[in-house]
Amino acid sequence: MDAIFLQILNGLDKGSAYALIALGLTLIFGTLGVVNFAHGALFMLGAFCAVTLQKLFGLSYTVIDETQKDFLGNPLKVEVSYLEGWFGPEIGGALADWSVPLSILLAIPIMVAIGFVMERGLIKHFYKRPHADQILVTFGLAIVLQEVVKYFFGANPIQTPAPQAFRGALDFGVLVGFEPGAVIYPFWRLIYFLFAAVLIGAVFAFLRFTTFGMVVRAGMADRETVGLLGINIDRRFTIMFGMASAVAGLAGVMYTPILSPHYHMGMDFLVISFVVVVVGGMGSLPGAVAAGFLLGILQSFASMNEIKAVIPGIDQVIIYLVAIVILLVRPRGLMGKAGVMEE
Amino acid sequence: MLGLNKRDTRFLIIVILLTLFTPFLLQPFPEESALAQFNGGYPDLMAKIAIFGIFAMGFNILFGLTGYLSFGHAAFLGVGSYAAVWMFKLLTMNVFPAIIVAVLVAGLFSAVIGYISLRRSGIYFSILTLAMAEMSYRLAYSVLTPITNGETGLQVRDSDPRILDGADAAQYPNLFGLELSQSWKLELASHVFTFNVGFYFCAVVAIVMFYISLRIARSPFGLVLKAIKSNQTRLNYTGMNTRPYTLAAFVISGMYAGLAGGLMAVMDPLAGAERMVWTASGEVVIMTILGGAGTLLGPVLGAGAIKYLENIFSKINENVLHEWFAFLPDGMEDAVIWLIARFTGEGWHLTLGVMFMAVVIFLPGGLVEGGGRIAAWFRRKPAAGAGAGGGDGDGDGDPEHHPKPTPRIATLGD
Repeated sequence: MDAIFLQILNGLDKGSAYALIALGLTLIFGTLGVVNFAHGALFMLGAFCAVTLQKLFGLSYTVIDETQKDFLGNPLKVEVSYLEGWFGPEIGGALADWSVPLSILLAIPIMVAIGFVMERGLIKHFYKRPHADQILVTFGLAIVLQEVVKYFFGANPIQTPAPQAFRGALDFGVLVGFEPGAVIYPFWRLIYFLFAAVLIGAVFAFLRFTTFGMVVRAGMADRETVGLLGINIDRRFTIMFGMASAVAGLAGVMYTPILSPHYHMGMDFLVISFVVVVVGGMGSLPGAVAAGFLLGILQSFASMNEIKAVIPGIDQVIIYLVAIVILLVRPRGLMGKAGVMEE
Repeated sequence: MLGLNKRDTRFLIIVILLTLFTPFLLQPFPEESALAQFNGGYPDLMAKIAIFGIFAMGFNILFGLTGYLSFGHAAFLGVGSYAAVWMFKLLTMNVFPAIIVAVLVAGLFSAVIGYISLRRSGIYFSILTLAMAEMSYRLAYSVLTPITNGETGLQVRDSDPRILDGADAAQYPNLFGLELSQSWKLELASHVFTFNVGFYFCAVVAIVMFYISLRIARSPFGLVLKAIKSNQTRLNYTGMNTRPYTLAAFVISGMYAGLAGGLMAVMDPLAGAERMVWTASGEVVIMTILGGAGTLLGPVLGAGAIKYLENIFSKINENVLHEWFAFLPDGMEDAVIWLIARFTGEGWHLTLGVMFMAVVIFLPGGLVEGGGRIAAWFRRKPAAGAGAGGGDGDGDGDPEHHPKPTPRIATLGD
């Protein structure tokens, strides 16, 4: 029982990442009707926002410290980061320690801006072209973004630790009545799940309870009619693109302590996110979220040793197997609307 | 000739000549001249161009003719490679069993995957093939290690049984004893041309495959495939079952990919799972689009262009650039070199991505369309000049667009 519980927990953090990326993909597909192969790259750019902030906070200058001497009696040169110089060691150190959560503040404007530029500069011209062209041009864009990041940050993964306070693990089992030590769960993964839940809730609330969201939903249902009512639906969809880009970016920012960011991570997540979107149902936002968590949890169950002993290799292919079965049996996906992209 | 009309025969002959004279065409600059690094006439690269040309030709039958965008074609290439290396290990180092088995295994594998994936079309088809290929890739790395030898890759060893080979048979891939790595050099007025058995073997296979794809495109079967691309629903309404046709196209293009994989193993008897990763499938899509999807020669041109540029661009490093731009003033030289260095050497993938985006945005028909546009531009110019020079008052050289008003009423009146 506790083993099953642990696997569910393990699946949640990966599932949250899948759900967030798939949510953004579905937003873009549902509003603009564009299949965005560059969405994984947006996730990766978000992660590198965290890396950038960490590097910025780590910038330092040298001072000659008279109180410390090396073995020859000369004063030592000490590296002091600008932050500590400006705010004193305590606040400066705390800021550097909290660089990952703080990068959210950096990532939101940057990712929204990237989303706007991408939509206005490139995607706009591809509304009327076939899906294959959209896939191809965004695939090319993903390669370009990836190579640009590789130039600035190198090809190796970069460590971005979580704040000191969240580095340990939590004996989660005790809280729900298992024996101590049975279910140990790292803090940061719990935080990632909570963060994802809040973010998903915020997106849904935004679409459900604001006038802006209402117009966007109306536009998703019938773009032309909304346009004829005198509403500039294109502008709103551009804003939604920026929002989807920010969601992917934030998913990337918070994922950095779990997986050290490297330039190729977007491509790795992209394939699975597409599978998630398809399983959930093309164009269905709740479907994307549900399928994200479902596939994350299934994947963690499949990597249990007991299951791997019965069906070897199942942990590698479970997601794809589920996707193939779903596509063949129920092409509209788990929660897709009838008639939307059912070909 | 060979069941082709006059125009296609001429086309085929041109392609054959181009292929056979590749060692000359890709070696235009004299040795030891400053431009020698643009020479691409070495066997390894030429064979690669031929192999990827075959791969792209096959992909084009599915994507260009039938309109199904598969994102998992590299899986068939990988399977073909594995099958070929296994034949080298078990039977003989002669290339024919290896290639034939590679094609058959890839065909069988693509029949299974095609049967499942072709139940859907459009974006779903792309994602299904992507999922299948990713699954094969992951299985090749994990559970199937006894067959694929995991991350190390499958290799030929001395201790392999090779039951058809005698004790003193060749240890390298050969054509009935003629080793594929053998090559001859011809020196002609400071040019060095290399003729390699392996390249010519690949080239002959590529020509045969080109002929087959030409015949497919011109056949009634090819016509059905084009009809499927332009409007499948209408075809269904006319009472035609399109599934067998799409499946046949899928299997044929899978066999092309298997053949390409087999040839890769022939040129270098080694097979690894990284050939099956989905970005490798993306590469063949790029080649086909760059050359021109749906045209016959386009995919081959695309494959050639990408492999050639990859080789050349990767070789250009900052030292070479410094030599080139030494004539510029210092500050400008550094700036120019910095900019170009981002796109060359390590930055080749950036060039690839930019090039790919540019082609999809500005030239959806690829290089072939670009060539056509340039040709049309040249053709129009002399014609317009002749019209103006004729000075017939109307100033038109193009009768189709400006038909002369025929004085119908006047003639009636007379």
